[in-house]
Amino acid sequence: MSKPKVGFYWCASCGGCEESVVDLAEAILDVAAAVDFVFFPVAMDFKRSDVEAMADGAMAACMINGAIRSSEQRAMAKLLRRKAQILIAYGACSHQGGIPGLANLFDRQSILQTVYRDTPSTVNPGDIRPEASTRIPHGEVELPVLDEQVKSLDQVVPVDYYIPGCAPPVQLLKDALAAILTGRLPPKGSVLAPDKALCEQCPRAPSKPDNLLIDQFKRPHLERIDPEKCLLAQGFLCLGPATRGGCGWACINANMPCTGCLGPVSRTRDYGGAAMSALASLVNSNDEAQIAAMLETIVDPAGTFYRYGLPASLLFARAGANADKGGHEP
Amino acid sequence: MSSNVTLPVAEEFEPRIVAFFCNWCTYTAGDLAGAARLAYAPNMRVIRLMCSGRVDPEFVLAALRQGADGVLIGGCHPGDCHYREGNYKCLRRFQLLCKFLRQMGVEEQRVRLEWIAASEGDKVQKIANEMTAQLKLLGPLRLQITPRVNGRPRAAECPPAPTKGVAP
Repeated sequence: MSKPKVGFYWCASCGGCEESVVDLAEAILDVAAAVDFVFFPVAMDFKRSDVEAMADGAMAACMINGAIRSSEQRAMAKLLRRKAQILIAYGACSHQGGIPGLANLFDRQSILQTVYRDTPSTVNPGDIRPEASTRIPHGEVELPVLDEQVKSLDQVVPVDYYIPGCAPPVQLLKDALAAILTGRLPPKGSVLAPDKALCEQCPRAPSKPDNLLIDQFKRPHLERIDPEKCLLAQGFLCLGPATRGGCGWACINANMPCTGCLGPVSRTRDYGGAAMSALASLVNSNDEAQIAAMLETIVDPAGTFYRYGLPASLLFARAGANADKGGHEP
Repeated sequence: MSSNVTLPVAEEFEPRIVAFFCNWCTYTAGDLAGAARLAYAPNMRVIRLMCSGRVDPEFVLAALRQGADGVLIGGCHPGDCHYREGNYKCLRRFQLLCKFLRQMGVEEQRVRLEWIAASEGDKVQKIANEMTAQLKLLGPLRLQITPRVNGRPRAAECPPAPTKGVAP
């Protein structure tokens, strides 16, 4: 019997998700023994035409990492959706929009302006911008078009499962592969990770006071961090109360607060809303001005509470002038 | 000229306001306004909660996503909370949420927190009228269109289905 075929593709991502596959270490040999990789641009020399030549549904499973923010990525997502029986959004960007999703705080025009004109290291006297097609002596060449907004994968094509994390923890990948190979998968639409908050069962939980209140928000690069004590109790913005567990407390064990890469648990409608609710209620003051002064130290709420998921949030993107140019229909 | 031709009249924008009122003070004040026949703008839809401390920022975001042009939160005056400090928790969450909403381009007049005691029926009237007038000037809230979701239904459209994750 031939081995099940598997694909692994990247869109707007950093390569960290590919790194998490390498992190399987020796276990990657078991994976290679159990499945055939038929498309994996970062590691293997298969081309888009090879995928196009496959029959629909030829791949047992395809994992796509990265957010969707260009015409090419949208086309690839649709192509891979057709060719795969199970499509998995792999990693925070694909699951929730990820860090590239913070681009939804700005409009496309100002992003292009910053990158191609305003940054100090840019030298572009002709103010040249990427064009969808350009005529050169050898003919016409084309570039993908940057979308108005960044989207999560399920905002472009139907997604069967999600493997969360930035990058996904190796254990979650192992469990997911085992589940796919044995066919023991949960209902479609599930996030393949425990559905409990990180705070539950946190190794530092015993040092979390019953009545937790914060007098001053601290930033991890400016303070000495006690390696044993609950990070919230020390005043660091740890998003463990709002974030899905399943990472093995990787950041906590490295003495850093949780930044929320696994996203919300299934009961949450808006991850950042839940995180703001949990954190703000801990402010130890009942005085309006004093509360405002304390919250002043949280300089970037969108970047703090929606670091990995602005596109998947209820507001999706910044409101205002550009609103009517909204989302491409897939 | 025919007299039964009706000319189209430019319709005035009628803002939609979702109001979260606490059971003990502000909702009672709303009742009082009604009993005292204090008319106010019909643009406000009131949702009664037991306490302003129950107002999760997610509620406000969901209201805005589902078409509200403004959200009003009403709670007991500081020190008067039926549950002692629910309104303080509301105040803390409200302040942080407002900071986030500014970043998202949502004007500050759109989301408001007011302390309204059970006896202040006239304040309900005043705030409802004032906010309606302000929102009429601001115009509709123009959120970006959310992309059509093909995968699992997003929370905004329907409550999340009970799903079980894979145990690690």
